[in-house]
Amino acid sequence: MTLQTQVPERRLTDAIGKALANRSFAIGLFIALLVAGTALLSFVWTPYDVTKLVIADKQQAPSWLHWFGTDHFGRDILSMIMVGSRNSLAVALVAVGIGMGLGVPLGCLAAARGGLLDEALMRLNDLVFAFPALLSAIMITAIFGPGAINAIIAIGIFNVPVFARVARAGALSIWPREFILAARAAGKGGTAITVEHILPNIATLLMVQGTIQFALGILAEAGLSYLGLGAQPPMPSWGRMLFDAQTKMAIAPWMAIFPGLAIVVTVLGLNLLGDGIADLIDPKARRQR
Amino acid sequence: MTAYLLKRLVIAAITLVLASMVVFAVLQVVPGDPARLMLGMNASAEQVEMLRSQLGLNDPLVLRYLHWAIGLLHLDFGRSYTYSVPVLDLVRERIVVSLPLALIALALSTAIAIPVGLYSASRRGRAGDVIAMGVSQVGVAVPNFWFALLLIYLFAVWLRWVPAGGFAGWKAGAWPALKSLLLPAVALALPQAAILARVTRQALLEVLSEDYIRTARAKGMPYRAVLWRHALRNALIPVLTIMGLQFAFLLAGTVIIENVFYLPGLGRLVFQAITQRDLIVVESVVMLLVAAVIAVNLLVDLSYALVDPRLRSRE
Repeated sequence: MTLQTQVPERRLTDAIGKALANRSFAIGLFIALLVAGTALLSFVWTPYDVTKLVIADKQQAPSWLHWFGTDHFGRDILSMIMVGSRNSLAVALVAVGIGMGLGVPLGCLAAARGGLLDEALMRLNDLVFAFPALLSAIMITAIFGPGAINAIIAIGIFNVPVFARVARAGALSIWPREFILAARAAGKGGTAITVEHILPNIATLLMVQGTIQFALGILAEAGLSYLGLGAQPPMPSWGRMLFDAQTKMAIAPWMAIFPGLAIVVTVLGLNLLGDGIADLIDPKARRQR
Repeated sequence: MTAYLLKRLVIAAITLVLASMVVFAVLQVVPGDPARLMLGMNASAEQVEMLRSQLGLNDPLVLRYLHWAIGLLHLDFGRSYTYSVPVLDLVRERIVVSLPLALIALALSTAIAIPVGLYSASRRGRAGDVIAMGVSQVGVAVPNFWFALLLIYLFAVWLRWVPAGGFAGWKAGAWPALKSLLLPAVALALPQAAILARVTRQALLEVLSEDYIRTARAKGMPYRAVLWRHALRNALIPVLTIMGLQFAFLLAGTVIIENVFYLPGLGRLVFQAITQRDLIVVESVVMLLVAAVIAVNLLVDLSYALVDPRLRSRE
C-alpha cells in the first residue's frame, strides 16, 4: 500500500483501466469478487437457515421461493451453496498459503544456492509429483480422519512442489541479470537479494500460479468432500451436496446441477483471473518495453 | 543419448525407492492394529499377539520394510486383511477395469484435444478459435464427477442407453463391458481434453511464430503440410509432458469416478481398503499406481528423445 502512494494518481487509474480492458481479467475479477462476496454475505444472511430441516418442503423443484430448489431434507439449495462456498474458498486459500509459504522459500533457496542442495530439492519435488495428488489427498484424509483441516493439509502439501518449481524457475531467470550483479557488488548477501530483488520480480508469476492452484484446490476439495473426506455435515460443502444428489438424480436433478454450477463458475472465474494477470504481465510484452 | 537415458532411468529408480519408503512410513503411523481388526473385538490379547507375530508385525521397522519391498519386486503383495486373499489376486481382478478405463479416457482425450488444438491454432482469433477456447475454458473448470452425474442423468436415467453404474464384467462379452466403461471414460476424458486442447494450441502458436515456419511457407510449402510436418512435431514436447501428467491425474481420477459409477476397479478397491483400514491393500495399490506414474513419466522423457533429434545427439 505504500507503493500506491508513490505512484502518481493518473498512472494508477491508467493501470486499472488497462487491467479492466482485458476481458479475461475483468470477467475473472467480477466472478471472484461475486463468489467472495457471497461467502461473506452468508455469514450474516442467507435466504433460509441451512441448519433447519423442513421435511415438508423436501425435494422441491426450483421456484420463486427456492430459486435452486430444496434438498432431501427440505433445505434451501441456494442457501447451502452460499454457506458451502466459505468452506471451498477457505480450504483452497489456506492450501495455496501453505504451498506458497513453504514452496517459494524452498524454490528461492534452490535457485540461490544451486549445486547439491538444488539437485536434492528438485529430486524431492519429483518424489511428490510421483504421487497422484488426489489419491494421496484421499489417503491422508482417510488415515488422519476426514475433515476440513486435514483436507487443507492434504491439498496444501501438493501445492508445495508446484510453487517451489515456479519460484525456482523464476528466480533462476532473474539471478543472471545485471542489477543482481550490482546488488552483489554492493555487498548484499543471498537472502537480502532474494527478498529485495528476486521476490518482487517473480511476484506476479507466483500470483498467476496462485490463482491456478486456488482453482485446482477448489476442485480437489469438492472431490474429497464428495467422497465424504472433506468438511463434515452439518457444515454444507459443494462436494457433499453432489454426493447427496447422486441417488436423487432421477427425481431431483437440481440437487446436482446447482452445486456443480457453483464449482464450475468459481473455478472458471479464478482461471480467467489467472489468464488475465498472465496476459497483463506477458513477459514478451515486458521485454519490448 | 545413452547418458540421457541412463540419467532418466537412475532418477526414476531413486524416485521409486523413495516413494516406497514414504508410502511405508505413512502407513506405519496409522492408528489401529491390523491384527485386532482381522480378529474382531472379541479376540483375546493372546490371539491378537499370536497373529501379530504371524504377520510379522512385531519385527523391527527396517526388516518389515525390506520384507515388504522385496515382496513387491516379486509381485508378492501379501494377503488382504479383510478379503483374506492375496492382494495380487485382488489387483489382477480390478486392474482389468481400471486400466482399460484410464486408457480409453486417455485415447478419447487425445483424439479430441489434438484436432481441436490444431484447428484453433490454425484459425487463431477467428470465431472458431474463440468458441473452441471458450468451451475448453469452461471444460477445464468442470469437476469430472459432476460431469459424470450429468452424463448419468442424460444417458442412463433419461435416454436409458447405458447402465447408470456397475460393471458387466468381461466374461459377458466385450460390448456390455465396454458399454459400462463408456460414460466413466467420457467423464474422465472431457475435462482432460479441455486442458490438452489448450496446451496443444498454445504450443502450436509458439512454434508457428518461429522463423523456420516462415521459411517453410516462403518456399511454397502448403499451410496444411507446414502445420502437420513442422509445427505439430515441434509442439509435441509440451503436449507429451501434459499427457504424462494427465495419466497420473486419470489414475487418481478413477478413484472418484469408479465410486460414482460403482465400478469394481483399483480406485474403488483402494478407497474401500482405506476406509476398512486394510493397509496392506492400500500400500500395494498406491505403490502400483506410483510405479505406473513414474514409468509413464520415464516414457515421456524417453519419447522426448524420439521427437527431438537434438536430445538424441547431445552428449
